Amino acid sequence: MTTVPTQPDLADGPAEVVKGRSLWHDAWRRFRRKKMAMISLAVIVVYVIVALLVATGLLAGDWNEEVGPRYQAPSADHWFGTDIFGRSTLRMTLYSAKTSLTVALFASVISICIGVPMGAMAGYFGGKVDEFIVWLYSVLASIPGLLLILAFAFVLRDVTVFGYSLQGMPAIYLALGLTGWVYLCRLIRGEVMKHRSRDYVTAARSYGCSQKRIILKHIVPNVTHLILIDFSLRFVGYIHAEVILSYLGLGPVKDPSWGKMIDAAKLELQRGHWWELTAATLAIFFISVALNIASDALRDALDPKLKT
Amino acid sequence: MWAYILRRLLYTPLIVFGVLLVTFVLFKLVPGNPARIIAGPGASESTIKEIEAQIGLDKPRWINVDGAREQGFGALFDSQFFRHMWDTPRFEFGDSVYKKKAVSEILYKGAGPSLKLTVPMFIALLATSISISLGITMLRGTVWDLLIVIACVIGMSIPFLAVILFGQDWFAGKLDWFPIRGYDTGFAGVRYYVLPVILGVFAGLGSDVRFYRTVMLDEAKADYIRTAYAKGVGTGRVLFRHLLKNAMIAVITRVVLAIPFLFLGSLLLERFFSIPGLGFLMVESISSRDYNVIAALTYIVALLFIFGQLMTDICYALVDPRISLK
Repeated sequence: MTTVPTQPDLADGPAEVVKGRSLWHDAWRRFRRKKMAMISLAVIVVYVIVALLVATGLLAGDWNEEVGPRYQAPSADHWFGTDIFGRSTLRMTLYSAKTSLTVALFASVISICIGVPMGAMAGYFGGKVDEFIVWLYSVLASIPGLLLILAFAFVLRDVTVFGYSLQGMPAIYLALGLTGWVYLCRLIRGEVMKHRSRDYVTAARSYGCSQKRIILKHIVPNVTHLILIDFSLRFVGYIHAEVILSYLGLGPVKDPSWGKMIDAAKLELQRGHWWELTAATLAIFFISVALNIASDALRDALDPKLKT
Repeated sequence: MWAYILRRLLYTPLIVFGVLLVTFVLFKLVPGNPARIIAGPGASESTIKEIEAQIGLDKPRWINVDGAREQGFGALFDSQFFRHMWDTPRFEFGDSVYKKKAVSEILYKGAGPSLKLTVPMFIALLATSISISLGITMLRGTVWDLLIVIACVIGMSIPFLAVILFGQDWFAGKLDWFPIRGYDTGFAGVRYYVLPVILGVFAGLGSDVRFYRTVMLDEAKADYIRTAYAKGVGTGRVLFRHLLKNAMIAVITRVVLAIPFLFLGSLLLERFFSIPGLGFLMVESISSRDYNVIAALTYIVALLFIFGQLMTDICYALVDPRISLK
């Protein structure tokens, strides 16, 4: 391939100035070339737009409204039928995009905000700091993940911070975020350990760069692509985790969510009411497929090792 | 090598200590007062106090300063924390608040039904995904490879709960191929397990095939494979004798670390198919806030996991001469 940044050949005297292409620029070029990746990206963008429209109140704000008789099969009026209270399943599905995406986004951000600094510190400083962080994540990794999430979700429901109750959505994304950072921390630690002894870090150190600056400005940008790839897969994981939490009665309290819809539909299927379950399943299905494909394309585009 | 193994052995109690600490904080300290749950609604304060004294909740949480002042230094450790740290490693989990029975007895009863579900599921899943991944290495670059990868992504993207709901409704309800739910001991119970095992395998296949495919393809690129082909070894022999043997390291690591979690059973499958295993027990204990049971279950599975990890590390150290003190 010809995407390797060409270096001006110094032996031939002053060469013409070659416009440098950054890793991100290169990655985007590679990503753009894949048709499936671009379709996936479009699907993700649609979900995000729906979630934003719901958040601003422009879409599906009236999801709680009774629009017809209960359990009406899909028709021209109600594309996905109605639920037990005669509410439009379509509106609920759309509104749930906001709920589920919010949970996944906040949980991911929390995990990244814990996992990356911890991993970077463990990898960079080594010694006692490393030993403590490794101990901490070894302990958390030994405990069955689902139990840990459930315990956190349970505990956090009754917690009040500065007069603000965590019950509902915050309990969910905190439970997911606070338990989900282990893998990322381990990944970043390993990568930072490799970077620590590289020449550019030694150079920065010899310039008198502070350690904080070396980690934040020099090393972390070199592992950002790993965070991004991890983020895309983590996001899918959290959307699916929300379903299980909702099934166990630990889901969002007021807002509808895909998990709550599936949970509500669990006894309805035998009676032939398939649409609520189908709508929520399809909603999860499409964004999962899109994120999975996008994540693969992202890895191919960003991993310098695969560059040939 | 021996220094590494020794270090690894000494490190293990530290992790067990951490697990004990986490289980204490999460399941004993924070959840509120189990005495109230035992006493039932509407119990008088004095009854609750009595039960608290019975299960040791009247003791201070971390250290017993007052006790030490009155009865000497030894009583300093007469607290909820030290009690937990002393009892749990000896597998003394106390009683279930909800079922009024010893936790160890409940767990012992639930392990059988759970393992009968998870072990066949695990073996079937492993065999299927490894066969498919081995097959893919032969089809690398063809349209079949692509189709299988797409199928994997599709399989991974359906929520597990939806797989169970649709699967149960269709195969047991509409087609009537399997009983909808139920449980029986001995050979008569096998028929109840067939559908949950199939659904579990289906749900796990996507991510497993993707994982093993990557492992196998990495191996397939290695020089020794090309050498094997070059000296005229047949495809079957290359796959099974050369590739599979080398890929086994990654496979075994994954398998060993997955085994402890088999004891947990399957939360969702057991619930929907009425299998009275540990997964079922867990959902029940969560909704009834029976924290003694959850703490015990967490501790046992964590212990098995730590042990499994220790064994793999030691085996690696024995086999691989490159591992030494880091």
